[in-house]
Amino acid sequence: MPEQLKKTSQTKKSVAPTVDLTPTVASSSKNLTAELDSLLDEIDEVLESNAEEFVKSYVQKGGQ
Amino acid sequence: MATPKVCGIETEYGIIFKGGDVSPITASSIIVNAYSRGREDLVGWDYIDEHPGNDARGYSLDDYLFPEYESQLVNTVLTNGARYYVDHAHPEISTPECRNALEAVLFDRAGEEIIRSSMHTANGNLPEDSEIVIYKNNSDGKGNSYGCHENYLVSRQTPFAQIAQQITTHFVTRQIYCGAGKVGAEHRGIVGKGEDRLPFQISQRADFFEEEIGLETTLKRPIVNTRDEPHCDPTKYRRLHVIAGDANMSEIATLLKLGTTSIVLAMIEDNAFPSHLIIKDPVRAIRQVSHDTSLTTAISMADGQTMTALQIQMEILEASIRYADRFGLEVVDAEVGNDVMMRWANVLEGLDSDQLLVADIVDWIAKKRIVDGFTQRHGLQPHDARLKAIDLQYHDMRSDKCLALRAGLTTLCAKEDVVSAMVNPPESTRAYFRGTVLQRWPNDVIAANWDSVVFDIPNQGLKRIPMPEPLRGTRSLVGELLASSQNPSDLVEKLSMQFE
Repeated sequence: MPEQLKKTSQTKKSVAPTVDLTPTVASSSKNLTAELDSLLDEIDEVLESNAEEFVKSYVQKGGQ
Repeated sequence: MATPKVCGIETEYGIIFKGGDVSPITASSIIVNAYSRGREDLVGWDYIDEHPGNDARGYSLDDYLFPEYESQLVNTVLTNGARYYVDHAHPEISTPECRNALEAVLFDRAGEEIIRSSMHTANGNLPEDSEIVIYKNNSDGKGNSYGCHENYLVSRQTPFAQIAQQITTHFVTRQIYCGAGKVGAEHRGIVGKGEDRLPFQISQRADFFEEEIGLETTLKRPIVNTRDEPHCDPTKYRRLHVIAGDANMSEIATLLKLGTTSIVLAMIEDNAFPSHLIIKDPVRAIRQVSHDTSLTTAISMADGQTMTALQIQMEILEASIRYADRFGLEVVDAEVGNDVMMRWANVLEGLDSDQLLVADIVDWIAKKRIVDGFTQRHGLQPHDARLKAIDLQYHDMRSDKCLALRAGLTTLCAKEDVVSAMVNPPESTRAYFRGTVLQRWPNDVIAANWDSVVFDIPNQGLKRIPMPEPLRGTRSLVGELLASSQNPSDLVEKLSMQFE
């Protein structure tokens, strides 16, 4: 990241004291690997059972 | 001085009818009607005349379906100031006009809950083996796309050519944090030539842009849409109608999409956008950026340099920081603007160092993580149908099926705020006036649209209240007037006295 951006975004942090995103991002990333396993377990359960038929029949015409 | 960035989102939802031969137009009508039936406080967008059963195309479940409406007449205004209607073959919700990007995120979320509620009611009236399912995405994977459009208030004084040229750079590159991700490719030029076997790309929509600028929205889509329909005072304003974006499941991605674009537009209006950041071939570049999840592709700039999308975004952010220091961020709401700039810096830093750091913010990364994990777990080939099923189901509006709801995305909106936004308008724009009169006097309002409300006043006939200024009609300006009015006749009289 360019040096100036780092500096300025730190300055911005003090301007908007209610916002401090770093902890949120850091904590979520730590949990990501553990979460992924349980997420994949859940996806095995909720994924449409006949994927091929589901994907084939998903047709959307007449959109902007 | 830039124009305050009043903004909003129009989302066309994908829809399927399972267990019956029912057209998407009929299914969409069922959905919108399911929400409006039994609600006396909903009013027709234009003069609405019911024609039950007029159009029975594909109609095979007569005993169960609601009376059919002409699809163009399924068009209602909600008490939160939004418009809920059938557009082409999709249910669509336009949020009310919002004063800032964060408010627009809230009303986009409210729109999702309105869709969920409609789906629940409609399916309760269908036979057991039939179901309508709705998706908040932009492509069916077979070359058909439907939009998630954004709207921003801009000054009429800024030359449109300048807006178009400079905002294009942002539209081509912002997808690296607001793309919703897609398994496969659909661009006409590459389908069948091997490149459509692309396993995963950043954007749902990038494959569908064929022109730099134009009026079309359904064919030969342009990156910058030239529709000039301001829905407000045309001598002062334009409404920039943006069609080059994905529908996001991540609230923070929606915030970044609207927040950064608002700031960039303000910067353009104040002649502060870096003039060297012009992309040589934007139509090619929007696809190049989307097709490269490693974010390393060099984009040719008009001045002969090459830059990656990430470098371009970092330069736009730096320019925005300088802009904010010089001009302030009042036009985008300073508090929201500062928050957006922080998140913008944060997401670019994450994309630059480790994409998984922003898997809780960026839809395409959240989706790709699932696709990659599932591929690995089951030892799948890149083009297994189950991977495309994951792509579609990421956007499934059924809570018990939606993969985005399980992907660990960080949320912004409190549940009670979303529930309130389903029925109450924002207080900060003219949507407050529209929504409040619909709440109080639904039977006296015969029509409403973005810039007017028409009352039917006993013994006086129809009275049209024009609303050419998006930032009038707010709670602070008309709250007391509305609260102290006994009925529409009283309100109209007070309004006419105020403006005499």
